[in-house]
Amino acid sequence: MTAAVEAHNEHAVQTHAHAGEHSWTDKKYVMVAIYLAVMTGVEVGLSYIHPSFAPWLPTVLLITIMIVKFVTVVLFFMHLRFDDKMFGRLFWSGLILAVVVYVGALTTFQLWSS
Amino acid sequence: MSDVLDTVVDHSHDDHADHGHAEHGAHGSSGLSNNKLAMWLFLGSDCLLFGGLISTYMLYRGRVQRGPNPNELYNIPFTSVSSFVLLMSSLTMVLAVTAAGRNDDRRMRIWLCTTAFLGSLFVGAQVFEFRSFYLKGLGFTTNLFGSSFFTLTGFHGVHVTLGVIMLLSIVGMTLRGKIPGRKAEVVELIGLYWHFVDIVWIVIFTLVYLIPS
Repeated sequence: MTAAVEAHNEHAVQTHAHAGEHSWTDKKYVMVAIYLAVMTGVEVGLSYIHPSFAPWLPTVLLITIMIVKFVTVVLFFMHLRFDDKMFGRLFWSGLILAVVVYVGALTTFQLWSS
Repeated sequence: MSDVLDTVVDHSHDDHADHGHAEHGAHGSSGLSNNKLAMWLFLGSDCLLFGGLISTYMLYRGRVQRGPNPNELYNIPFTSVSSFVLLMSSLTMVLAVTAAGRNDDRRMRIWLCTTAFLGSLFVGAQVFEFRSFYLKGLGFTTNLFGSSFFTLTGFHGVHVTLGVIMLLSIVGMTLRGKIPGRKAEVVELIGLYWHFVDIVWIVIFTLVYLIPS
C-alpha cells in the first residue's frame, strides 16, 4: 500500500510541476531576447547584400536564420524544451504537416522553377 | 486486500482530480493539463492556416499586372523596427509568465501591460503601413499581390489584436481577483498564443519582406 500511495503522490507532484517550473531566471530570457535581436539585425543586413558570385546565398542564409529564430522562441520562450514531450508532438506534427502540404502545393504550381 | 487498496488509491486519485479541477485546471489520464493540450493542438492547427496564407502570397506576389509591385512599396527599416517591437513583446510576455509562476502579481501585471502596449504599437505600425500602401495605389483588389498581402498580414494583425484584448482582459481579471482556474496556467496559455503570433511574424518578415520576389 505504501508503495502505491507513494507512486500516486509522485504522479501528483509531477502533474503540478510541469507548468513551466524550471531553473531559468529572467536574466537568461533577456539573453535569449538579445540573441534574437542580433539575429534580426543580421537578417536585415543580409537583405541589402546581393553578391554577384552567389545571388542565392542571402536567401539561403535568411531562411536558415529564420528557422533558428523560430526554433529558439519555441524551445525557450514557449518552454517546449522543458515541457512534456506530448505538447511538442502536437505542435511539431501540425507544423511539419503544414510545411509538407504547402511545399508540395507550391511545387505543383512550379513556384521554384519560376 | 489488493482490490481494496486499489479502490482506496483510485478514490484518493479521484479526490485529487476533483480538487485539481477546481484549483489547477482539469488534467486527463496522462496527467497533463487539458487546457494546455488544447492550446498546443490549436497552435499546431493554426500552422496550417498561416501556411496556406503564406503559400498563397508566395504564389501571387509576382502577379502584378497593374498597380505597384512589392519592391516599390516595402519600407524595410520601418518594418524591421516593428518586427523588433513584436520580438521584444515575446520577452516581456515570458517575464510575465515567470512572475505569475512566482505569484508576483504586481510584476506580472506590469509585464502583461507592457506586452499589450508593444502589441498595440505593432498593430498601429501595421495600420500605418496599410495606409501608406493604399496611398501609393495598392488596394485589396488592385492585383493578386495586394489581395494576398493584405489577407496574410491582416490575418496576423487580427491575431495580435486578439492577443492584446486577452492580455488586457487577464490584467482586469487579476485586479478583480476573478481569474478562472490556476492563475499561472492561464497566463502561460495566453503566453503560448502570444509567442505563436511572434513566430508567425518571424516567418512572414523573412519570406514576405526580406527575400526579394
